[in-house]
Amino acid sequence: MSAPPDTREVILEARELTREFDGVKALDRFSFQLHRGEVLGLLGANGAGKTTAMNCLLGLTLPTGGDLFAFGLELQRHRIQILQRSNFSSAYTALPGNLLVGQNLLVFAKIYGVKDPKAKIAELMELLEISHLSKRVTGQLSAGESTRVNLVKAFLNDPELLMLDEPTASLDPDIADKVRKVVRKVQRERNIGILYTSHNMRDIEEVCDRVIFLHKGRIVCEGTPAQILARSSSSSLEDVFIKIARDGEIVDEA
Amino acid sequence: MNLQTISALVLRYLFLYTRTPMRMVELVFWPVVDLVVWGNVTVFIQKNTNPEFGNFVLFFLGGMILWDIMFRAQQGVAISFLEDVWTRNLLNVFVAPVRTTEYVSATFIVGFLRIVVTAIVLSLISWFGYTFNVFTLSWWLIPFFANLMLFGWSLGMISTALILRWGQAAESLAWAIPFFFQPAVAVFYRVEDMPAWSQPIAWCFPPTYIFEGMRDVMKSGSMNWSYLWTSAGLNLLYLALAGWLFLWILNLTRKRGLLTKFATQ
Ligand SMILES: Nc1ncnc2c1ncn2[C@@H]1O[C@H](COP(=O)(O)OP(=O)(O)OP(=O)(O)O)[C@@H](O)[C@H]1O
Ligand SMILES: [Mg+2]
Repeated sequence: MSAPPDTREVILEARELTREFDGVKALDRFSFQLHRGEVLGLLGANGAGKTTAMNCLLGLTLPTGGDLFAFGLELQRHRIQILQRSNFSSAYTALPGNLLVGQNLLVFAKIYGVKDPKAKIAELMELLEISHLSKRVTGQLSAGESTRVNLVKAFLNDPELLMLDEPTASLDPDIADKVRKVVRKVQRERNIGILYTSHNMRDIEEVCDRVIFLHKGRIVCEGTPAQILARSSSSSLEDVFIKIARDGEIVDEA
Repeated sequence: MNLQTISALVLRYLFLYTRTPMRMVELVFWPVVDLVVWGNVTVFIQKNTNPEFGNFVLFFLGGMILWDIMFRAQQGVAISFLEDVWTRNLLNVFVAPVRTTEYVSATFIVGFLRIVVTAIVLSLISWFGYTFNVFTLSWWLIPFFANLMLFGWSLGMISTALILRWGQAAESLAWAIPFFFQPAVAVFYRVEDMPAWSQPIAWCFPPTYIFEGMRDVMKSGSMNWSYLWTSAGLNLLYLALAGWLFLWILNLTRKRGLLTKFATQ
């Protein structure tokens, strides 16, 4: 059973993306397309190549092979133009800890050229239920609070394309749930295309329309969570994950 | 180049200076200590020795103040970059629509603002406190400061490039780099007092012309104009070279995939 082809505009595309580090391929001819309004999950064990893929797609790391396009434009050549329409958030970056939350967000709103920065920041903080944090020192926030502040930053420029690298890492189940719901809500309202990595299968099932499993830089399988479950003999995505991590493939029962 | 982007980045550093007053203290403290200590020494020596020697100490004090201007400009560039490294903010900046030239321009402006603060403080103290005052140099100060600032910017970019290349292990270079040049640029002595073999080297660096010029102005009230032009010309050359080095290393860092390692750890 194959899904009908997705006719929405392709906003992000990798063609045979390859990235070697000292002779080892972190990504090996990795190709995919992300459509407008689609949430694509990138799954795989530690070291599978998810972050490397995102870094290449953000222009932070240069690929050793292959071609990258966003909004139909070649990535390196139109980097600034593309970044203006995109955004990124990760549990592993932070906004300057010595500034107030409101100051940090104001600076980034101005960098992204947001028209009415104060109003935009207030609106997004309200949406993520962190309006009370505006006057707090960024470095003193808890992991959950700072994740949500990072998400406000990521939504500031009304991105059409968003890359989220483990946005729910280190969140408690309650906050993780809230974050997922907000991401999903904003994503639907504004028809954002999201590339999403997570080790939390709950995240993936709730947020992603489609997932790609990577193993050692290569695609092992892809499809909607339901399709993948149907194709494997596993009862949960978590089992699929473990099988792929250990064997490098979805093993069918003989 | 987008002015709004640059001003947003500068705003980030201004917030930083107002949020953490220790940074302002650092900006004012060392210049003041230097000036007071050496100002007192100057007064002491002027009272106790013949005028010729007093003059010599005046040169020393002038050299110290001008050196400090260059150092502040270099720090403005290098420390601004390090602030983004320390706070793991670099990635946010690099994934935002910020051109490298805009980022570097913002650090230049911070370097300039640091000079303005330092210069005002030093001028006020030397004006009220000492027979020596910076304004002996009158309007010569403007081209002096400008040239030293340009070289400070170049050194700042070189420091930043080295930190990008060698990571945080190279951080102390942010403070050390200007001092690699100090012996060669005749801050506290005349070029003719340097060993003969090192004199041609001294003339390769823009600040040498400024420090020589400063002593001429103090002694005779004027200086060789060609010194200023040579210094400015060399400065443009160094800025271009430092900018090229910075871009080259930034690109190398992207190629090696180290930009993110370095920005998140
Ligand atoms: N700059 C680098 N230099 C050398 N090797 C690197 C570099 N960056 C990544 N790698 C290697 O590339 C491989 C893929 O790493 P990557 O960070 O993309 O994994 P990941 O899927 O994001 O893993 P995780 O789930 O742990 O975040 C790993 O083997 C890693 O060691
Ligand atoms: Mg990762």
